[in-house]
Amino acid sequence: MSRIQPILSIQHLKDLQASLKEKRDPDLIRITLCTGPGCEATGANDVAEAFRKQIGERNLGDQVEFKCTGCHGFCAMAPVVTVEPPGYCYGGVRPGDVKEILERTILRGELIEELVYKDPETGETVPLEADIPFYKHQHRIILAENRQVDPTSLEDFLTIGGYNALAHTLQSQTPENMIDIIKRSGLQGRGGAGFPAGVKWERAHEQPDEPKYIVCNADEGDPGAFMDRCLLEGNPHRVIEGMCIGAFAIGARQGFVYVRHEYPIAVKRITQAVEDVQSAGLLGDGILGTDFVFDLKVVQGAGAFVCGEESALIASLEGHRGEPRQRPPYPVESGYKGKPTIINNVETWANVPHIINNGPEWFASIGSEGSKGTKIFSLVGKVRNTGLVEVPMGATIRSIVYDIGGGVPNGKEFRAIQTGGPAGGCLPAELIDLTIDFEALQHAGTIMGSGGLIVMDESTCMVDVAHYFTRFLEFESCGKCYSCRKGTQRMRELLDDICEGRGTMGHLDLLEELGHAVNTASMCGLGQNAANPVLSTLRYFREEYEAHIKGLRCPAGVCKALIRYEIIAELCDGCTACAKVCPAEAIEGEKDHPHTINADACIKCGTCVDVCAKDAVIVVSGGGQ
Amino acid sequence: MAPSNASSASTVEESTMPETDLSAVNDILEQHEYDQTELIAILLNVQDALGFLPPPALTHISEQLSVPLTEIYGIATFYTQFRLTPPGRHKFTVCTGTACHVRGAVQVVEEFERRLCICSGETTPDLEYGLETVNCVGACAIGPLVIVDDEYHGEMTTMKVPILLRRLERARAEVSE
Ligand SMILES: Cc1cc2nc3c(=O)[nH]c(=O)nc-3n(C[C@H](O)[C@H](O)[C@H](O)COP(=O)(O)O)c2cc1C
Ligand code: FES
Repeated sequence: MSRIQPILSIQHLKDLQASLKEKRDPDLIRITLCTGPGCEATGANDVAEAFRKQIGERNLGDQVEFKCTGCHGFCAMAPVVTVEPPGYCYGGVRPGDVKEILERTILRGELIEELVYKDPETGETVPLEADIPFYKHQHRIILAENRQVDPTSLEDFLTIGGYNALAHTLQSQTPENMIDIIKRSGLQGRGGAGFPAGVKWERAHEQPDEPKYIVCNADEGDPGAFMDRCLLEGNPHRVIEGMCIGAFAIGARQGFVYVRHEYPIAVKRITQAVEDVQSAGLLGDGILGTDFVFDLKVVQGAGAFVCGEESALIASLEGHRGEPRQRPPYPVESGYKGKPTIINNVETWANVPHIINNGPEWFASIGSEGSKGTKIFSLVGKVRNTGLVEVPMGATIRSIVYDIGGGVPNGKEFRAIQTGGPAGGCLPAELIDLTIDFEALQHAGTIMGSGGLIVMDESTCMVDVAHYFTRFLEFESCGKCYSCRKGTQRMRELLDDICEGRGTMGHLDLLEELGHAVNTASMCGLGQNAANPVLSTLRYFREEYEAHIKGLRCPAGVCKALIRYEIIAELCDGCTACAKVCPAEAIEGEKDHPHTINADACIKCGTCVDVCAKDAVIVVSGGGQ
Repeated sequence: MAPSNASSASTVEESTMPETDLSAVNDILEQHEYDQTELIAILLNVQDALGFLPPPALTHISEQLSVPLTEIYGIATFYTQFRLTPPGRHKFTVCTGTACHVRGAVQVVEEFERRLCICSGETTPDLEYGLETVNCVGACAIGPLVIVDDEYHGEMTTMKVPILLRRLERARAEVSE
């Protein structure tokens, strides 16, 4: 990719954008391949290779424009390719399909039915991306751009009007104006707590102390969420542009992007984007010919959930262990190196340029009464259409899980949805019409968090989920507060007992009491929410705890001590597949005759269930030892 | 308190520790201009270069940066990405994030543990394979996820574990032929 020469003024930027737009041939057919995490893991890089090679070999360069972009969102169809016009969306594309796409769709304008989304109920094909229910029911503002730009190309970003919001800010706004615009838009932080961004900026702006710093929180510690990863990988310049505007508003000269080490591609993309913008003169001294000075540095985390918490993040930025500290003073007063610092989430920053471009009233017109704009969720777990979805604040769980997500697969029942990450909570199916915004979720006993939505069906054990999160938090607790360090451990031990059939009803009272104590007595957001998984499951799924305790049963068939495996003789055709793979040699039977499982030897690894072609192996709740 | 991979038991004997190349460490310190606030980045780079954080390297960094060795160990054991023992030549990383967990990541980890005869966080005694878990790598939509060296494998089941192992074994056999 050619490096862009330094852009010396706002007029220069406009001219460059105009000439880039002009260079773009509107008659080209645009083939776009998603190379987001889901598509990459299913072979998108080989598909890209095949496209490049065959477009070259067939001399199609003057007819098509081929582009690899960040995540389009529809991971369930990975790898995804779109062809525009007419806007076809092909899924599950293999390198072997590339020839056909070029020959049939590009050269002859035909649709390839086999690659198109099919309605799981009616079997009807839906050729156009815009008509697929997964996309149709979303309101994509930020994510929509992921499909338009090659994230490694600053030119591409400029072509869609990139850095216009920054130019406008530098040309005709004052810091006070900018803060007012963000306040009027109602933008709330997307990283968890939903603190009004404009208010945070205003406080930082008012601080007399210098220098000031700004930080982009891309630690995304919520296991099961990947929105921030996909924004950094798919459209890093939007985040940079947002940060430049924030820096102008509060008067910061230095910014940091704190990215977790587990996201190597995100690190690479944002680092390259920063370098490109530095050499184009959009970061550094005298940006766009004004006297605005701002630079950015990319810093990597090293795998600690608590480093997403702002005071711990600052400690980590300074090169220390990521331990949170007492607030106040808040980072806006005393942050990085004791100086005023604002920290906002990746998605918060990505919203800022859109607010400047379209106006605060536009932003405030989207969403619910108390929460404005859109929110990106990572919709995962037991749902058909897994992926990234962007909806207006205030959308219902039903619309996300059913209209967009296509419901629960394999004929199972929707059971619960987990929001807010490890410190969030589980909502039961009865609350399916709950609207998702900051207040409504809080009221229901969970939190918005950064946007992970994990769908659970009847085969998900809610006690196991509570155990899973509590163990996670025990591990991730930094150990500073006794209530958090010891409290998460004791809660986990009580849950061990329940999952292993040693629980009593007294365990539940103790869990509740302990949970409230942990949440009340801990210092940072980790400890203050550490009991949420336990408390919310106790509130909504108490009968499941009781089944474990009184009935020694795990109704979902997950907790090993409370289940056993059985083979249904009528279904078993004696193929011996299970007996061959069983690591405990617990399966007996003659070939072509029904097999049986020796319960004493069975280690309940589940391999026989995976291997059985007849679905003859079942999990029976109860009767374990 | 967060026990990390770094502090967990390993089946590797001290005697199998390779000799430490301090010149690579010096280059990295140079790049970071001996800046104490860059300590985490320095440790990450050293680990990238050497595969793990050998004790002599940590002592050297402590001396060069004038940061107490206890603090360096504090950092190296606080963050889960650091390891103090040599990694295997091949690494299996099983995601045990929430999305992967509800789709059966536990079974996948256990299958690896059984097949490799090590616990997660450990390396096989011949230093061939290492097994680690990670809390989400952002490919949740296609979980359970396993990363073999740098390659992602989605929708893992216990059945696919021996296939992945066999593929590496075959490659190993070819190399040694
Ligand atoms: C334990 C813990 C983990 C957190 N992890 C993240 C995270 O991964 N990403 C994030 O943006 N915010 C995270 N937060 C919230 C941050 O502390 C902070 O509120 C946020 O980054 C502010 O940005 P916002 O106002 O734009 O949301 C976490 C908070 C806590 C208590
Ligand atoms: S939970 Fe496994 S990749 Fe996110």
